[in-house]
Amino acid sequence: MMDYARQKLSEEKVFKDPVHRYIHVRDQVIWDLIATREFQRLRRIHQLGTTYLVFHGAEHSRFNHSLGVYEIVRRIIDDSFSGRPQWNDSERLVTLCAALLHDLGHGPFSHAFEKVFDLDHELFTQKILLGDTEVNAVLRRVSEDFPRKVADVIGKTYPDKLVVSLISSQIDADRMDYLQRDAYFTGVSYGHFDMERILRVMRPSEEQAVIKQSGMHAVEDYIMSRYQMYWQVYFHPVSRSAEVILVKILQRAKVLSEEGYTFKQEPVHFKSFFDKTYDLTDYIALDEYILMTYFEAWIREEDEILSDLCDRFVNRRLFQYIDFNPAKEYRKLGELDALFRKAGIDPDYYLVVDSSSDLPYDFYRPGEEEERLPIHLLMRDGELRELSRESDIVDAISGKRRTDHKLYFPEDMLREGKKKKVLRQQILSILNT
Amino acid sequence: MLQEHAKLVQFISMADGVTGRKKLQKMIYIAKKMDFPFQEKYELHIYGPYSEELTLRIEELCEMGFLAENCEDKGSYVQYSYRVTGEGRDFIGDADEVPDTLGDCIGRMKERSSRFLELVSTLLYFDHLPREEQIAKVHIVKNKLNYTDAEMDEAFDFIGDLSACIRQ
Repeated sequence: MMDYARQKLSEEKVFKDPVHRYIHVRDQVIWDLIATREFQRLRRIHQLGTTYLVFHGAEHSRFNHSLGVYEIVRRIIDDSFSGRPQWNDSERLVTLCAALLHDLGHGPFSHAFEKVFDLDHELFTQKILLGDTEVNAVLRRVSEDFPRKVADVIGKTYPDKLVVSLISSQIDADRMDYLQRDAYFTGVSYGHFDMERILRVMRPSEEQAVIKQSGMHAVEDYIMSRYQMYWQVYFHPVSRSAEVILVKILQRAKVLSEEGYTFKQEPVHFKSFFDKTYDLTDYIALDEYILMTYFEAWIREEDEILSDLCDRFVNRRLFQYIDFNPAKEYRKLGELDALFRKAGIDPDYYLVVDSSSDLPYDFYRPGEEEERLPIHLLMRDGELRELSRESDIVDAISGKRRTDHKLYFPEDMLREGKKKKVLRQQILSILNT
Repeated sequence: MLQEHAKLVQFISMADGVTGRKKLQKMIYIAKKMDFPFQEKYELHIYGPYSEELTLRIEELCEMGFLAENCEDKGSYVQYSYRVTGEGRDFIGDADEVPDTLGDCIGRMKERSSRFLELVSTLLYFDHLPREEQIAKVHIVKNKLNYTDAEMDEAFDFIGDLSACIRQ
């Protein structure tokens, strides 16, 4: 009987994909992993969380993205690396599996959920790979230590750094897929770059994948695409407003549960997260469909805050926002906090500062600045040169962090509230709305 | 409001300043692993645990004028140091009390080198694994730093002492 690791499907399977046109699967292991319940669960988790409330097309899931990352890595290995002396073809299967499974541990609306319950999706990816799961059973058919190898690649502790760099570096398959996919589904004109060119000029080296010098302009385009997508899509202030409300819903439900509040719709799926007794089964049981079902039901709760926040999220009545400079305005924040309390609006749920920050590209500075593996260009003489030393465009944005702070509040509640009108007016005038 | 910022100012105040961005990153990570309530999210970067959130908050605190950043050219690299300003001391005036044990923890960390704290924090990142596997992971992640067996033993002793002093 053929070794499971080498077993091929009798006929190649393809998934139609709007970004890569086709995703090709020949390996039995990959086909079996896609069929597992833990991987199928990714269909029920949005790739972009709450962004669909701003860009209505952004309904794509982590399932789509995971297949896309797999396809990019497959093409890098099979089309660009295979046969080159720096690439060890015995790493092919572990790399493909890691690419496919790298987001397996994401929870529903991951960012908000992790924040409230102090969780780490990377840890859950490891637990799913190594625990009593269908994914683990497939991986163990390759070999007993294969689940651990895949976990090490995703956890960035695999000895072959080149393999790790394909999944996790400043120019990796993960980013190359999500930039294009998120651009496609949101409908924005940013996020596009010449991936075909990058894949053609990508070469294996000892520690990471490098780019032939002739591909520098394609990489510049990729970095600028990333920069624009972060500010136009990922940090969009309206989608952050939805996320702020989501965090507050989960916090409110947790507080109510701790206070012994009697829910009309008991938070059965959340209990173990409230009291930190959750296990892997509890985690895998959650998805965004389940959360939305609770949120819809909680609109009819007696607790006004929970009911209002859920109504806002489900029916998209989001918080308004203003620019906020913590350095200059933190005293104003204290003043607003006090006024909200006087006006009977709990600032713990209705006055929120949210910050976004991005560093588009950085290189390693010995001794001090942490800790990114830079993009290296492979020069004609075989020398490796860090990208920003060759590219003026990249040099101009290297190490430059851009930050944005917003202050979120329920403008409708302040305008329409019937009690304490003077106070509410005073708040609105401070907020300059 | 801005409670997480206040905790960082308190930390740097108790340390009487911290020299080195990397050292600060590792000190906060180690304190967090010792169950002090820091909320900054850390990820394993190529060379060890690192928090973008912490970098951002420190930058904001400098902008707010609560921390002063000093930058010293060391030839092959630039070293940053942080101290709390007068405004920063006012800012933490009303902040929540911190446990006494945090001061002890900070004192022990501050006298250690950045290289040593890098080792300790990376071992702590893998603290769910048996000791041998923790060591193996450090050798993989930090293969260029060539930590010796003696350094590993010293780091484990340091973690043990730190845990014991916090439990007291």
